[in-house]
Amino acid sequence: MTDLTALTLDDARKGLAEKKFTAVELAKAHLDAMEAARPLNAYVLETPEKALEMAAASDARRAKGELGRLEGIPLGIKDLFATEGTRTTASSKILGNFIPKYESTVTSQLFRDGAVMLGKLNNDEFAMGSSNETSAFGPVVNPFKPANWDNGKAKAALSGDKKGLLVPGGSSGGSSAAVAANLCLGATATDTGGSIRQPAAFTGTVGIKPTYGRCSRWGIVAFASSLDQAGPIAKTVKDCAALMTSMAGYDPKDSTSVDLAVPDFEAAVGKSIAGKTIGIPKEYRVEGMPAEIEALWKKGADMLRAAGAKIVDVSLPHTKYALPAYYIVAPAEASSNLARYDGVRYGVRVPGKDIADLYEKTRAAGFGREVKRRIMIGTYVLSAGYYDAYYLRAQKIRTLIKKDFEDAYASGVDAILTPATPSAAFGIAEMADADPVQMYLNDVFTVTVNMAGLPGLALPGGTDASGLPLGLQLIGRPFDEETLFSLGAVIEDQVGRVTTSRWW
Amino acid sequence: MSVDAATVRRIARLSRIALPEADVGGMQNEINAILGFVEQLSEVNVDGVEPMTSVTPMALKMREDIVTDGEKADLVTANAPQSEDNYFLVPKVVE
Repeated sequence: MTDLTALTLDDARKGLAEKKFTAVELAKAHLDAMEAARPLNAYVLETPEKALEMAAASDARRAKGELGRLEGIPLGIKDLFATEGTRTTASSKILGNFIPKYESTVTSQLFRDGAVMLGKLNNDEFAMGSSNETSAFGPVVNPFKPANWDNGKAKAALSGDKKGLLVPGGSSGGSSAAVAANLCLGATATDTGGSIRQPAAFTGTVGIKPTYGRCSRWGIVAFASSLDQAGPIAKTVKDCAALMTSMAGYDPKDSTSVDLAVPDFEAAVGKSIAGKTIGIPKEYRVEGMPAEIEALWKKGADMLRAAGAKIVDVSLPHTKYALPAYYIVAPAEASSNLARYDGVRYGVRVPGKDIADLYEKTRAAGFGREVKRRIMIGTYVLSAGYYDAYYLRAQKIRTLIKKDFEDAYASGVDAILTPATPSAAFGIAEMADADPVQMYLNDVFTVTVNMAGLPGLALPGGTDASGLPLGLQLIGRPFDEETLFSLGAVIEDQVGRVTTSRWW
Repeated sequence: MSVDAATVRRIARLSRIALPEADVGGMQNEINAILGFVEQLSEVNVDGVEPMTSVTPMALKMREDIVTDGEKADLVTANAPQSEDNYFLVPKVVE
């Protein structure tokens, strides 16, 4: 039998429908692959019993002719999504052995449509990071090897300190690595400043951050509530569209979720893009950007032009202020959201001489360094005397960033094409001694989209000279993810998939 | 703007995070690197610009004022590090 883990989600659906294999066989193949890939550290918890039980239930439904959109499809779930009865940690020590008594809306919709959970995926602690190195469970290894490394050298590093191996991006690094390494057919992810799109770009996978409000945030561990959105990472544009169709939708339990009909996003894949106008923002041509990224960007525009799109230059003048404004807004919201981790209601507790001492010791022991720093920055920018200078100013700049996009769309642009990241994947521990801003610069092309609440799709645009994936990003109008899927499919048709083969 | 060591200690206190004295200097440097980075925001003219308060402009939905959830104290306290009879246990706070 062919390797079932090498299939795309869409192919697996066809195979299941044609009875070539069962959901149980499909789940088993993935569970075996996960076991063999443990050194990559993509999963923080494998749930084989639950997976086989859900797969058997799916096979039983299929026998009765009850078929959901994702019937029998095995998925990995980012450990930021609360899963009923299954440990959920946000990859932080502070949540300890937290077992939710409820299911997040997004995962409940995936399971409603027949999906099978394989386990919980690693991520940066509380989704704060761009390399998955802030996880309390340790870093995830990118299934793409560094340039010119043979399998033996990579394997040796994998069983050692992992230095030199590549990061899978973050914060959804477990999701991107698991999809690229064929450890699931798709994964849930979240994106606050680029946490779906940057990891997708680093691993040759496809990820979409939907419009703010498209997916319910209920049951997802909160980082920055005005920026967080859930979305899928998958092997292809069509797979991504299938997952998104299931994940999206109005939820009365999240007052920011939008009551709009959810289209069948899969139907947008393969639609003609003739006559669409694509904007190329000149402000994304940043200093020090590698020539390879510049060339990739141009190639992406050429592909869309060849398919009948019109390419125009646009200006988004406040682009350079998005990242600094983000590093005020996101920590401010995080400092508020993470106040709940106090050692009283759930998670880890370190005893203290009084309640304040208990809080301080618990939070000192439970949070990692990146999280502590962001909480402290957020506390500072919200504190008396600094609120206007920092937070209020950042929120005004956010209005200007959003207006830049509104002006571009009002001028007739349907979508905007940019590189997804300023570089290919870098090495584990490579940024350890750099100041935090160097790591933050990874999100320079993605963070604008969160600040404006827009949808953004990242997909492979090709590879660099050493064969590492490079990503392109398509930014859409609010709630027009369909155009992004149509455009993405055109690029995917011409680029093909960027895949790695097993060496771990 | 930059912060001094005393301010770092004060922020840690406000954040309810115990910060060992040995970590103050390192945290101060990192916070100052970030504050230095965000400094460029002061060059933007924001006169007359409204702060963004809603990402997607929409009215909040209203619902009937009825109880929709509750009576599950055992589930609520199930993950507590210390609880008794469905109450969270904390150190004495009132003398």
